[in-house]
Amino acid sequence: MIFGVTRIVNFAHGSFYMLGAYLAWTLVTNLPRGHLGFWGGVLAAALIVGVLGVLIEVLLLRRIYKAPELFQLLATFGVVLIVQDLALLTWGPQDLLGPRAPGLRGATEVLGVRFPLYELFLIAVGPVMLGLLWLLFHRTRWGTLVRAATADREMVGALGVNQRMLFTTVFFLGSVLAGLGGALQLPRESVNLQMDLAIIAEAFVVVVVGGLGSLPGAFLAALLIGQMQAFGILIFPKITLVLAFLVMAVVLVVRPHGLLGRAPSSAHAAQVVEPPLEATPGWGRILLLALLALAILVPPFLGDFALIVFTEIAIMVLFAASLHFIMGPGGMASFGHAAYFGLGAYGAGLLVKHLAAPMEVGLLAAPFAAGLAGFVFGWFCVRLSGVYAAMLTLAFAQIAWSAAFQWVEITGGDNGILGVWPSAWAQPKLVFYYLSLVLCVAATLLLRRAIFAPFGYALRAGRDSPLRAEAIGMDGFHIRWAAFTLAAVAAGIAGGLFAYSKGSVFPTYMAIPRSVDALLMVLLGGVQTISGPIVGALAYTWIHEQLMRLFELWRLFLGAVILLLVLFFPQGLAGVARRRA
Amino acid sequence: MLEVSGLHAHYGRAHILHGVSFLAREGEVVALLGRNGAGKSTTMKAVMGLVRPSAGSVRFQGEEVAGREPFSIARRGLGYVPEERRIFSELTVAENLEVGRRPAPDGMASWTPARVAALFPSLGAMMARPGGRMSGGEQQMLTIARTLMGNPRLILLDEPSEGLAPVIVERMAEAVLQLKREGLTVLLSEQNLHFARLVSDRALVLEKGVIRWEGTMEALMADEAVRAAYLTV
Repeated sequence: MIFGVTRIVNFAHGSFYMLGAYLAWTLVTNLPRGHLGFWGGVLAAALIVGVLGVLIEVLLLRRIYKAPELFQLLATFGVVLIVQDLALLTWGPQDLLGPRAPGLRGATEVLGVRFPLYELFLIAVGPVMLGLLWLLFHRTRWGTLVRAATADREMVGALGVNQRMLFTTVFFLGSVLAGLGGALQLPRESVNLQMDLAIIAEAFVVVVVGGLGSLPGAFLAALLIGQMQAFGILIFPKITLVLAFLVMAVVLVVRPHGLLGRAPSSAHAAQVVEPPLEATPGWGRILLLALLALAILVPPFLGDFALIVFTEIAIMVLFAASLHFIMGPGGMASFGHAAYFGLGAYGAGLLVKHLAAPMEVGLLAAPFAAGLAGFVFGWFCVRLSGVYAAMLTLAFAQIAWSAAFQWVEITGGDNGILGVWPSAWAQPKLVFYYLSLVLCVAATLLLRRAIFAPFGYALRAGRDSPLRAEAIGMDGFHIRWAAFTLAAVAAGIAGGLFAYSKGSVFPTYMAIPRSVDALLMVLLGGVQTISGPIVGALAYTWIHEQLMRLFELWRLFLGAVILLLVLFFPQGLAGVARRRA
Repeated sequence: MLEVSGLHAHYGRAHILHGVSFLAREGEVVALLGRNGAGKSTTMKAVMGLVRPSAGSVRFQGEEVAGREPFSIARRGLGYVPEERRIFSELTVAENLEVGRRPAPDGMASWTPARVAALFPSLGAMMARPGGRMSGGEQQMLTIARTLMGNPRLILLDEPSEGLAPVIVERMAEAVLQLKREGLTVLLSEQNLHFARLVSDRALVLEKGVIRWEGTMEALMADEAVRAAYLTV
């Protein structure tokens, strides 16, 4: 509902779900036992979440409805971080168990198998809700307006409908439903701080597979994926997490707009024309050269900890530059760039673990592993655009993450791969730092060279005017595919170096937060500037390091930084500096 | 009724309107003429608030509306009929009309689906049909009807004859004249001089974002030089 009307991909929806569960726990355990206490608590929790949703919509989202979709994704991710720490403060880190639902505690026999009554109740809740929503959307004026706004918001406004009120009411109802979903989990599962990202990744898949903005589509997709997972666990117990995302990849290739979705009417989409990419101005070059000089001259005088930070910054510059390459000149938003970083790390780590390969081989394997993944995933991703492409990149990153997480025999699962250390000559921190610096600066310069080569011009032509670029003989698909693969290769080099600098590889290298790190670096620096990713990676790694050192609640502060960035510096730091100059 | 002065508008860095000024009096049909890209649609969108004017004033019934949001301008009695029609294709004809419905100001007879169907008889027969399954002419009628449901005092009619068969264009002209008889003010943007001539009292000729000529429709038809300079291709 919320995506259909506001076109905002709302990460915070997972937080609403988690808050629904926590609030329901507090209410139900404090209210008197019995029907009224339980169901009253569940409904009240949902309504409180609805009010929180309205607050977020009015204070945050209203300001960014016209911003590029990536900013919206990031802003709502900032909310996720803030809510995580607030929930930690309020409810503590331990899992909470709620009471069972009064009147539905028992079990019944279904086809000779004992089946909990509460689960039967939940199975009924789904279609009943779908029916009620259908009536709401088809039998009331409000519903008619919402459906009209889903198709063409601007026209609805031109007919005298106050879109702001409409958006806020939609957001309220959507948040109430998310809160209700979380609250209803109380008798089934423990309430914990991981609920938000776990549910949102699945919810995105369901919504994208169903067709963004289609309610029956979402229901159908939820059934399909639920069944796939239920039966998948019998056949492939190791890849249940992967299954959902595989379904999504297949559906999006066959039906790019989802099972019941329709192509968005692009005729009325706001046309954002990017200003031409300019080389970094003279003073900026001097600044970058000064930074490079510092990076070369200062480290011999630094201690081990500072050297580790410097090494990480060098690696992050390349990681950010590789994402910038497909986002800026390529115009493709990737929400799963960590996949290639992580696959680079795993490419090296697996060789060390299983073949005891030396570092030189591992570092060569890293870009190959990542590039191969970029080559395969890219073929799917570059066919889509905008939110759909971003969601698909996210899905592939989740596939890579769940493979690393679940395939314990090969990858070590959650325990990761340890003992990924550099060769003897590169063991000293200073030598490894210089190695990282040389490789990262060289790869970053190569990416920059590609942006101003004919290949880069063709890439930008395809971004700004795909039809015209095709009409003068440019093969947009292959150009974007090559760019995607190149960016993956570069991210793989960064990932390989990262593995050797840490001495270990973990699934978190490919998790959503790492992809968000990369996006933040690029956006902090400014998407449409060349030096942006460099400035962004420096600033972000420094901010992150400081926050983690100074505050236990660093997520809260990082979330706040993201919100400030999105609201006040939509062009990034380098963009602001350029405007001032 | 509508008084536009010194209106400027931009799309990104492109400067489209360079100080457009004109008047539309109550009850008249004014045609905004000009070639493709002259700025006709942009003028309409700027009046409606769909494109935010970068300078200038738009006074409607004596009140400044430039810079207001489209919904608030619509509620003051300005109706907008877009060139691309923009029917809600998943919604039925009746639902499309419902989206446009707004209460009439005091003392004005309210538009209803029945009254709209009397103006466009073919719509009356297909109230339950989804908007996406209509012909171009039917969609054009629906988009006008949908705007009328908001009981506007003035409608901005952007190229209503575009892509329609000649028979339908004639019918459209009758409908516009009927609306004029009922006291509605119409600002019409057109490339089809034939259609504009059938319905308009006065003409404004736009070129490169500036009004180059203004006068009665008869005067325009008599002035071949103006037509050759700004209108004929």
